[in-house]
This record gives sequence, structure tokens and C-alpha cells, in this order.
Amino acid sequence: MSDPTAPSPSASAETTTAVAATSAVAAAAAPAVAPPKVVVPPKPTPAKPADKGPSRRFFLLSWFGSWFAVAWVAFSASMLAMVLGTVRFLFPNVLSEPPTSFRAGEATGYEENKVDDKFKEQGAWVIRAKDERNRDIIYALSTICTHLGCTPNWLESEKKFKCPCHGSGFKISGINFEGPAPRPLERYAIKKNDDGTLVIDKSRKFQKELGQWDDADSYILV
Amino acid sequence: MDSHAHGLSSSVQNGLGGFYLVCALMNFGFAAYFHFQAKNRTQVAIWGAVGALFALMSVAYFGHFGWSLSHGIKDFVDRIMNPVSYFAISILALAAVLYFRRFFTNPIVAWSVLMITLFCSGFAMTDPNFTAIITKPDNVPIVILIFSVGYFTWLALRLAVINDDRIARGEPPMEKLEEDKVLTWPDLVYTELICMVVFTFALVVWAYFLKAPLEQPASSAKIPNPSKAPWYFLGLQEMLVYFDPWMAGVVLPTFIIIGLIALPYIDFNTKGNGYYCFNERKFAITTFLLGFIILWVVLIVLGTFLRGPNWNFFGLFEPWDPHKSLPLNNVNLSDYFWLYGFGKSVGSMHWLIRELPGILLVLGYLLLLPPILAKTILRDYFIKMGFIRFFLLVTLIQFMALLPIKMVLRWTINLKYIVFIPEAFFNI
Repeated sequence: MSDPTAPSPSASAETTTAVAATSAVAAAAAPAVAPPKVVVPPKPTPAKPADKGPSRRFFLLSWFGSWFAVAWVAFSASMLAMVLGTVRFLFPNVLSEPPTSFRAGEATGYEENKVDDKFKEQGAWVIRAKDERNRDIIYALSTICTHLGCTPNWLESEKKFKCPCHGSGFKISGINFEGPAPRPLERYAIKKNDDGTLVIDKSRKFQKELGQWDDADSYILV
Repeated sequence: MDSHAHGLSSSVQNGLGGFYLVCALMNFGFAAYFHFQAKNRTQVAIWGAVGALFALMSVAYFGHFGWSLSHGIKDFVDRIMNPVSYFAISILALAAVLYFRRFFTNPIVAWSVLMITLFCSGFAMTDPNFTAIITKPDNVPIVILIFSVGYFTWLALRLAVINDDRIARGEPPMEKLEEDKVLTWPDLVYTELICMVVFTFALVVWAYFLKAPLEQPASSAKIPNPSKAPWYFLGLQEMLVYFDPWMAGVVLPTFIIIGLIALPYIDFNTKGNGYYCFNERKFAITTFLLGFIILWVVLIVLGTFLRGPNWNFFGLFEPWDPHKSLPLNNVNLSDYFWLYGFGKSVGSMHWLIRELPGILLVLGYLLLLPPILAKTILRDYFIKMGFIRFFLLVTLIQFMALLPIKMVLRWTINLKYIVFIPEAFFNI
């Protein structure tokens, strides 16, 4: 990028000083009649590093060895430690998350078309009802509205789930039919243990619009 | 609720007595103004009589003799109230106020409207449901909001009408007559001091009489019904009834903010800077009032007073029955098009084909409408504003118009979503 023909700043400065000094000497030595002497500026010589302030090594030493540097290093280290300490909070020693699966009693204890709020605290309604193919099944519906995540209520007299936040409505099957909810409530994985009790696994979800309700794990046949 | 006085509790009677006493004093003050300042005997007689009427009502309620609103009127009000009529009446009222602004900005007309409103509000408060809702500590700010927004809109319009007349006569607007400089001491500092004292006093009184609206500890299994957002977000919550969370919660609010930021760059009309006027900025003021009053304040009032359990719509005097059942079965545009139009089931279609009508409609609305408007009815605007300004303005107004468009479609043909792609979490 630098222009090779241009003299370096230090060299030109030296030249100017040299010119000024020579002409001053000439003016003092010869009276006014003396013809102007052609002044040949001395060749610019490369500056000696030793004369131009502290050496590179000294510079580094003086900065990194000063109290100023110690203070900055200490400050940065403490800030870094604070950030790392905050990041550490993202990985707690103990995770108090409730277990993702829970037992929901005997499969024989469920009446058809009844919705019980027994497991609402755990985040699911366990329901026995007829599905689209008229099979008698038990399934677990998530209590999270698919519109914006409120918890709907089961209205027994109207036979529907109704969300108090924006008025979305779901049938007992979980299929949305009114209000702004864009898709049906999600099903959780459900299975029957050998002793006949139901186990609901909330870590696996089944969405109807993705065709996952056909998955055998999303319901059990009665 | 009995329509006889026996149905009212004594605290309601005393409260109404006090309410009407304040109204009576306001009218006596108005009459006193006409007596001492304006020297208008007719007005003194009118407002003295109105004050006496209010005083009579006050005595009647303090004597526990007051009467309450009849069932016939309550049922009638409840029956004609629904989201459609509520919005239609709001828009018509705003249009009427703007069109007949010369009539409405007359102080005597405005005072009459205020007195009729207060008289009716007092009567409405004989209904226990209405009183319970408007005196809830959460909702008191909204009552104040209704009156303060009404007052300040009226004040701005009144000053605008006065200035419009002056400008029409070739005089400078009133603001030009004022001096450029106001003294900091004592004018400004005293004003600030008085405001500080009054507001501190009002807040202490408020905090003493209206308890903080705290509820039971939060639980995902037990949530209040209805679950309402803070009052300033109720407009957004109402939008969420008509839109997908992405649209109503992210896209449209972003456009509101961007639009407000862009306003000074779009509106290059140098008239009306630093003074009130209407005739010089008809389009700007009307658009702003539509957006602010109809699409924000009116939605907040709707969310506060008229949305009950399960986010159903309830009339002013209707008891909040959590089992009220409204038919809200909504249908997507794709269903209308393929199922009702062609008799095909949409279940097995690819989403792109299924949603093609809706996608084309939205693209047409956003991409084709602005050039068509520029060529036809808004041609003058396009020439005046230039390409970028015009398209920015039209796009912002289009996004603003999405809400009323979607509302009308929901009310008339139960349309749920125009574009419905649950596979990609994208719905319009």
C-alpha cells in the first residue's frame, strides 16, 4: 500500500532541518553578494533503533510488568471468573425436575368419556374414549394448549376442553374445533405394565397433524 | 336483581349517593362559570337545573330510596352487545366525532355528553355484575383511561377546530401567539411541584383504598378463568384470538413499533408542526386515531369489561357464567376452498397444494394491492410521496388492516386461518 517513491516522514524531516541549518551557516559566513550556493541535502540515513526510544523488549516489559498491567489482568480475570461462575449455574448439581413418567392407576379404573383432573398437576389428562376408528382406547392428553401454552379446563356439561386465555376449544379426543388453537392437543406415550397399571411417559409426544396418533405407543386398546 | 330499591345493598346506595353528589357539584360549578365569567343566564338556568336533578338523585340514594335499572333495559343492552356491534358502534362513533367535530367540540355539547354518560354509568352501577367488574382494583385504571383518552382526544380536536378556523381566515394558529419562552422559575418549577404533590396524594389514597390485586400462588394446574394479561397488553391478547401467536405476538407488534419509528420519515407534511389542526392533516390524524383508539384502546376496554370466563364475550350486565356456550366452530380457508368448493378432503394433500389459495391470496394482498392502489385511487399520493415512501406507507397500513380484516372474516364466515400450515408452525 505504501508508495515506494515517497520519502519516509522521518527522512524528510531531517532533510528540512539540514537545509535550514546549511542556509543559516551560509548567510552568516558570506555577506549579501554571495551567490546562492547549491545545497545538496545529505542522504537520508536509516534511523538507528537504539536512539529512537525504548527497545521493543523494553516496551513489552515496561507494560506487562507494571502495576497497571497487574491491575488490568486481575480485573479481567475476576470478570472472567464471574462469567464462568454464571455459566456454571446452567449446569446445576441437582436437577429437581419431576420424573417425566408417572403411574396412572389401573386401566380398568377408567370410565368411558370421563375426564378426570386427577393427573392435571402432572400435566396430563388420562381419558378413555372411542377414537376415529371406533376403537375403545385409553390415551393421555397434554394439558398445554397448542395456541399459546395456557392450561385449558374440562367443561363436563359441554363435553369440551376450553382454554381461559383466548377461548380455544378441544373435543374429548383433543382435536381443536373452536378458537385460535392451530392444532390438536398432544398425546403422551402410554403403556400398560404387566400388573395392569398405566404408565404415562411425558418425554415422548405424539402429534396428530404429523400422523403420530397412529403410533401404537400413543394409546392402549381396552 | 330486584328492580325495587330493596335489592340494593346500603354500601351501593351510599356510593351512588356520593357519585351523584359529585355530579351535582360539577354542574353547579359549570353553572357558576356561566354566572360569573360568561354571564349567560340561559346556561346558568339549564345547568343549575341539571345539578338540582343530580342532587335529588343523590338525596334519594343517601336516603336508601334509590331505584335500580330495570331488567328490560339490561336484557336489551346485553342482547345488542356482541363483538360485531361493539366494534361497529366504536368505529361509527369515532367517524361521527371526526366528521361532526365542529358540533362535538362545542364545550356545552361535550359537557352534555359527559353528563349523560355519568348519569347512565350511575344507573348501570345498580347492577351488581357491572359494579363488581368496574370497581375491581385491576380495572379502575381502565375506567380512568376511558375518560382521560376521551378528554384528551376532545381537547386536541377542539384546539384543531379553532386553529382550522383561524387558518381559514388567514390568521396564524393560536400557538404562534404565545411567547417563545416560558420562565423556568417560577412557572415550570411550581407546575412540577404542584403535579408532584397532587400525584403523590392520589397514589397514597389509591394504595389505601384499592388493594393490590394479588391472587393465589401460580400453578400450571390451577389457572384463573378468565386469564387476563396486564391491561396494557389486552389489545394484544384480543389479537391473539384472531391470529396465530407468531403473527399476533411477534410480527404485528414489530410492525407497530417499526411503523411508529418510520412515521416522521413517511409523513413529510410540514403543515401542522407545533400546532393543532385537522384540515391540514386529515389522513394522518384519522389513521392515527383509528389505530390508537379503535385498534388499541377499544380492544383494551373490550378485554377488560366484556371478556369473561373462557374468553367468551359477555354483555355489560351479563353474569359471568363459565358454562356459557357460544358457537365458535371455525373453518380454515383451505377447507372452504377444497372441501366445500370441490368436495375434496384436504387430509391427504401436500400442504403447498392445500394452502395454495390462501398463499396466493396473501401474496396478492401484499404484493399486488400496493401497485394497483398506486395506479388507481391513490395515484395522487404515489406521485406526491415517491416510490419508497408510498410503498412503506401502504405496507404498514396493510398490516394494520390485517386485524380488522381477520376480525370481520371471523365474524361473518367463521374463518379460522387464511394460510394454515401447522407442519411449519406458520398460520396467517
